[in-house]
Amino acid sequence: MAEPRPTQNENQTLLPNGMLAPDFTLPADDKQKISLHDFIGRPVVLIFYPADWSSVCGSELTIFNEVLSEFKKHNAQVLGISVDNVWSHIAFSRSINLTFPILSDFEPKGQISKIYRAYNDQNGFSSRALYLIDAKGVIRWSYLSPILENPGVDEVLHELETISEQSLEWHPSMNSQQDAHV
Amino acid sequence: MFKTKLKTSPNENDHHLGDLQSTATLIEYGDYQCSHCRSLVFTIDNLVRHFKNNFCFIYRHFPLHTIHPMAEMAAIAAEAADKQGKFWPMHYLLFQDGKNISEETIISCAEKLNLQMETFKGDLTKLELIEKVHTDFTEGMRSGVNGTPTLFLNGVRYNGLLDYDILKQAIEHLQRPKNFLTFLS
Repeated sequence: MAEPRPTQNENQTLLPNGMLAPDFTLPADDKQKISLHDFIGRPVVLIFYPADWSSVCGSELTIFNEVLSEFKKHNAQVLGISVDNVWSHIAFSRSINLTFPILSDFEPKGQISKIYRAYNDQNGFSSRALYLIDAKGVIRWSYLSPILENPGVDEVLHELETISEQSLEWHPSMNSQQDAHV
Repeated sequence: MFKTKLKTSPNENDHHLGDLQSTATLIEYGDYQCSHCRSLVFTIDNLVRHFKNNFCFIYRHFPLHTIHPMAEMAAIAAEAADKQGKFWPMHYLLFQDGKNISEETIISCAEKLNLQMETFKGDLTKLELIEKVHTDFTEGMRSGVNGTPTLFLNGVRYNGLLDYDILKQAIEHLQRPKNFLTFLS
């Protein structure tokens, strides 16, 4: 059976670079909740994806899983987020042997996806979006992918390497926004 | 959309069918336990038969070990067979086994090809061959390979259907230099 074809919102724009990433707390499974602020001091890659069990989402998460060691070299945490419930996430994660958490943005449905402007109302689930958040919680890079296209890891990894190289350099937006965060 | 371009150009270290200087070059990043790659074998084979001249097919390894636990060993086995001049026969045999690949079936493939078995078994653990597979993977990842199979046509990632007629048409366009840019745009 063919997969349903989701629509692409051509006017969708993600949160801007330089902004403090909105904090959130979401369930990772039936016992554990994960918050963005758990990772202050480490870069975070957020992968918003449409749905567990879709072939493109499976490929996308698999490629991140395959090269997780590359992200760990930069002490970065990778987190997947979709509107599926935790039981779906648990089964999906096991089916492709994921070793990073996928978070359930299930109730209220898509709340965090909407805050990150990654939600697609027409489809009723998240678009395919990547965010790179630096160790101080600032959005440094984002990408909204065509929904049927797996963006791969090379661009986000390249950006992560760039911010790792810059991590000892002073960055004006960081100081002011870090103050606002306190 | 990312402009995904190949980081490593075709070179003599590549496993290739056809002349590396051909006008049209198709590179596949594949995994021996991937069912889509397996389906593509027949399509590629037909393309290679159809384009006798001015077309080159290159295969590079991209074993997804987290979902295909034997894919990396299979890739190393293909490299070990290559040391005895049997890369392509091993390549086809491994794809025949697909998801059922095991250490036993790899040995059985090598026996079918009449490889010198002691040498073959020794080569399976050779660092040089393991590194070749890892290099293919890393360079693929850096070139925008996002799963298997991923194809590059003249260095640009091909995102179209894996259909014989569509690929044939794409290659024919590339073989006519004046159409090269219009096809990509």
